[in-house]
Amino acid sequence: MDPPSKRTRIERRMDRIIYVLFSALILVSFVGSLLFGIETKKDGGDYGRWYLRPDITTVFFDPRRPSVAAFLHFLTGLMLYGYLIPISLYVSIEICKVLQSIFINQDQAMYDEETKRSAHARTSNLNEELGQVCTILSDKTGTLTCNSMEFVKCSIAGTAYGRGMTEVEIALARKRGETLDEQRDIDTVESREPVKGFNFRDGRIMNRKWVNEPNRDYIEKFFRVLALCHTAVPEVLDPGKIFYEAESPDEAAFVIAAREVGFQFFKRNQTSIQLRELDRSSGEIVDRVYELLHVLEFSSARRRMSVIVRNPERQLLLLAKGADSVIFERLSEEGRMFEAETKEHIERYSEAGLRTLAVAYRELDDDEYKRWEQEYVKAKTSVSADRDDLLDEKADMIERDLILLGATAIEDKLQKGVPDCIDKLAQAGIHIWVLTGDKKGTAINIGYACSLLRHGMKEILVMLEKPGIEAIERDKEEFAKAYKIVEKQIDEGISQVTGESNTQFGLIIDGKSLIFALDKNLIIRFMELAMKCATVICCRSSPKQKAIVTRWVKSKTGRTTLAIGDGANDVGMIQEADIGVGITGVEGMQICYFFYKNITFGFTLFWFEAYSSFSAQPAYNDWYMSSYNVLFTSLPVIALGVFEQDFSARHCLKYPSLYKEGIDNVLFRWIHILGWMFNGVLSSVIIFFLTTNSITGQAFRKDGQVADYSILGLTMYTCVVLAVNCQMALSINYFTWIQHLFIWGSITLWFKFLLVYGSIPPTLSTTAYKVFIEACAPSIRYWLTIILVVIATLLPLFSYRAFQTRFQPMVHDSIQTRRP
Amino acid sequence: MDTDRERHSARETAFYLFTQQSLPACKPVLTPGWVIAIFLFMGVIFIPVGLVTLRASHCVVEIVDRYDIDCVPESSRMDKVSYIRDDSIPKNCSRFMKVHKYMKAPIYIYYQLDNYYQNHRRYVKSRSDKQLLDGQKYHDTSSCQPVESNNNRPIVPCGLIAWSLFNDTFEFIREGAELKVNRKNIAWKSDRGHKFGKNVYPFNFQNGTLIGGGKLNPEIPLSDQEDLIVWMRTSALPSFRKLYGRIEEDLDVDDVVVVNLTNNYNTYSFGGKKKLVLSTSSWLGGKNDFLGHACVFVGCSSLTLAIIFMLLHVKYRR
Repeated sequence: MDPPSKRTRIERRMDRIIYVLFSALILVSFVGSLLFGIETKKDGGDYGRWYLRPDITTVFFDPRRPSVAAFLHFLTGLMLYGYLIPISLYVSIEICKVLQSIFINQDQAMYDEETKRSAHARTSNLNEELGQVCTILSDKTGTLTCNSMEFVKCSIAGTAYGRGMTEVEIALARKRGETLDEQRDIDTVESREPVKGFNFRDGRIMNRKWVNEPNRDYIEKFFRVLALCHTAVPEVLDPGKIFYEAESPDEAAFVIAAREVGFQFFKRNQTSIQLRELDRSSGEIVDRVYELLHVLEFSSARRRMSVIVRNPERQLLLLAKGADSVIFERLSEEGRMFEAETKEHIERYSEAGLRTLAVAYRELDDDEYKRWEQEYVKAKTSVSADRDDLLDEKADMIERDLILLGATAIEDKLQKGVPDCIDKLAQAGIHIWVLTGDKKGTAINIGYACSLLRHGMKEILVMLEKPGIEAIERDKEEFAKAYKIVEKQIDEGISQVTGESNTQFGLIIDGKSLIFALDKNLIIRFMELAMKCATVICCRSSPKQKAIVTRWVKSKTGRTTLAIGDGANDVGMIQEADIGVGITGVEGMQICYFFYKNITFGFTLFWFEAYSSFSAQPAYNDWYMSSYNVLFTSLPVIALGVFEQDFSARHCLKYPSLYKEGIDNVLFRWIHILGWMFNGVLSSVIIFFLTTNSITGQAFRKDGQVADYSILGLTMYTCVVLAVNCQMALSINYFTWIQHLFIWGSITLWFKFLLVYGSIPPTLSTTAYKVFIEACAPSIRYWLTIILVVIATLLPLFSYRAFQTRFQPMVHDSIQTRRP
Repeated sequence: MDTDRERHSARETAFYLFTQQSLPACKPVLTPGWVIAIFLFMGVIFIPVGLVTLRASHCVVEIVDRYDIDCVPESSRMDKVSYIRDDSIPKNCSRFMKVHKYMKAPIYIYYQLDNYYQNHRRYVKSRSDKQLLDGQKYHDTSSCQPVESNNNRPIVPCGLIAWSLFNDTFEFIREGAELKVNRKNIAWKSDRGHKFGKNVYPFNFQNGTLIGGGKLNPEIPLSDQEDLIVWMRTSALPSFRKLYGRIEEDLDVDDVVVVNLTNNYNTYSFGGKKKLVLSTSSWLGGKNDFLGHACVFVGCSSLTLAIIFMLLHVKYRR
């Protein structure tokens, strides 16, 4: 497979346009040289234009060898009409992109207060693609959510604590149509100074109230487990303030929760952990030292961790926390007292989009521990390859007969503004795929919370949620059966989607089904279904599947895809895509304009050549020719590329549907490009024929002087510069002083150039010497002609735009007119 | 001090607005009202301007007389080229031009050539501006190919343009009296002053085997050879007029002007035409209806578009 190209679609399209222009260049040169050959051949006979001295001529004009002359003329023509190829286009687009990147980096709207970082455009290459993103593939954790965990709820000894509403719960309640005001009130009454990582509100627990609870023993044990069973390290920065360095934000949240409730972990060394906790009998705060014997660490295979400690009462304790399924397997008979209630709570928490862990403990007697420790230490010091397995096995031996204490629930907060942002993206017609490892229920609920799934949206489920899934992969028969199920579900989905074209759909597929859906027989149908859904949620998907899905989405839609991985700046990126609207339209416009101005210029040269017997005589002075792209027409284009906004950022956010134009790339379609090219040819015709017919022939001034080659060239060139810059002014939507400066500045620069260049000695300025100041400026006919010509070149585009805006408005037109 | 700080902060704000791309801006929107107003405005401006232009053009009186065929005797009309090349035949010719409308002085005399490619690349390049200014002091006349030197001596002025100098002459007689023709100041002042040397005299000019056009008086410096200067301002298009002189007397209706001309210049070999033009001028120059018509056309189109737009706007109400 070829490595993916980093070139943007516009660049690729641009290349094709360049081919078109190249063909035009060759065609024009060819036609010119053909006719030149014919004209030159005639000079040989009686037709002899004796004033050209065809008898003593050079190879370039030799009537006896017209084909050679024609060929050489072809080469000359390529040089002359080289103006059709906008070489400076690439340069100025590059300049624009760099400037755009600088502006992106400077943008205060993409500055994150918390991390004190602003957006950083690492490549200027892809700026314009931002406006054409059609599908966003996103990870959940760290992208939609902040990856900062907050302890919100817990279930202890079968009682659920924690009254705060999670965002998911709020969204679910809204979905059911309940009012939330009451709940809000409680929140605000209880709210106190917020602690990062802690959002637990319950009057029964907080402020030492837990000592009055009937199951206070369990509560005490529960929070002790949270305070002891971890690998965090405290950092006391200044008295009374403790920060925890933890491996994961979850762990930090637990320790913080324990601290807030009254079990403050404040010191750790190799062999002990010290807590500052409440002595219930005396009611005083005391420091307690727990001897730390072993830490059985967390691993993704074990999905639990535990510590063995000896408390100040010399009791040996094993404290464990882990995934609910793992912990429940290891409970002792008497430890299952609250299993049913806890399970129910865990179920509810995970539906509310919370991450849950079960908490348990057991008391060890010294003999058992000693025996186990010997084996464990032996395993630990062994050097065999299966040491880790051995350790796991030993740990497994002691982590049994646990007594369930309860469960914790941690919320991974949605990033600020995510639901809003996703709402806008959806209105902008962007498809959003979320790939998450969550369970179906969690995924759906989170989908509602961040408005990936909205009211009135129909869910299509493709599920293989069945027990005994592992068997499927091995058993061929089962495999075929599962395939059939997925196929059937997809087909049903398609018929449903095509049947109701007015409703929006959300597709939810789980990882197992995805295996089948990505099969090469099903993928086309699956993508057909997926592309018709506004949202696709892949739950329980593995990282590898994420990559496969991304690749398929990219290749099947053939459109710009934005994938967001982990990182702190993602939401900024999502929001940035909104603003991309301004960028796209303009990129396309900018390129079209480039073609326009070069075609206009190039074709006036061609018309003139046609009137000079196709001898490739340029219509303009050499210096006019070379400064065209550099001095008089370049700055406005750059201004357009960098500063143009068809809408302010505020408007873009208000009317996200604007973005659809970018996705459909309407502003840069072939018809658009060809339209501009046609406009260029039209302008050149208007300029050439109006100018020649108005100026040449009769006297063009009151004193009877006639217009010669230099005067016609100057007049035509003035018209070209004016027309091209005014067309720009007509196409621009946004005038700040920069645009005014660049456009009108370019025009005045041309006149200043004429004054300066016209006043240097005639050996240098040749046909430009004093032409403007002496011949043109005092002639009323000159001024009248250029005004007429400029208006006449603007009229077609202006009429087109006026009629199109009024009678066939595009999205941006109708919003523009609505604008106050 | 305070104003200093204010100015400083104002500059900072401006810079901030600039980097945030939120400079104060005006955003033109093509609302129907504006569209109609602009179209109407165009119409209202351009139609009167066009009419005024047309009026100016109609005030100009112009007499055009094509003489290249009529000035060849009937007997030679079969082979005009050999007639014009034969130096032994006198080329005198008389033409009668009837004034159909009162012509106020100054009356400009032009000769007009058609199908003559003074803008041909080979022709345009064949000159040396430095030699015209410095004369024989300037040696590098390679740009003048192929009329560069003769008998190993440089030609001044060199090049095809000078070599092919137009050499028909005209005399104007009204009622037996010669009309005074002013042939001074027909070239641009900048050309006379800065492009053609005051101390440069024609040298070795038209001495070759093949003689192109007119000869020059070697006693007169180039800066005073106005016919040459006019000729060397090459024309833009293959059909062009060049100023010959000015008649500084008014001509009355039904005056008949007798033109005694010498028909020297060969346009027959390439099918060119020669015309003599007498024309007055207005504030806009010579007679040209095109500009006026174009203005009126643009104005009318704008008005029509305004009306169409209005009708459609009313018909398809939003």
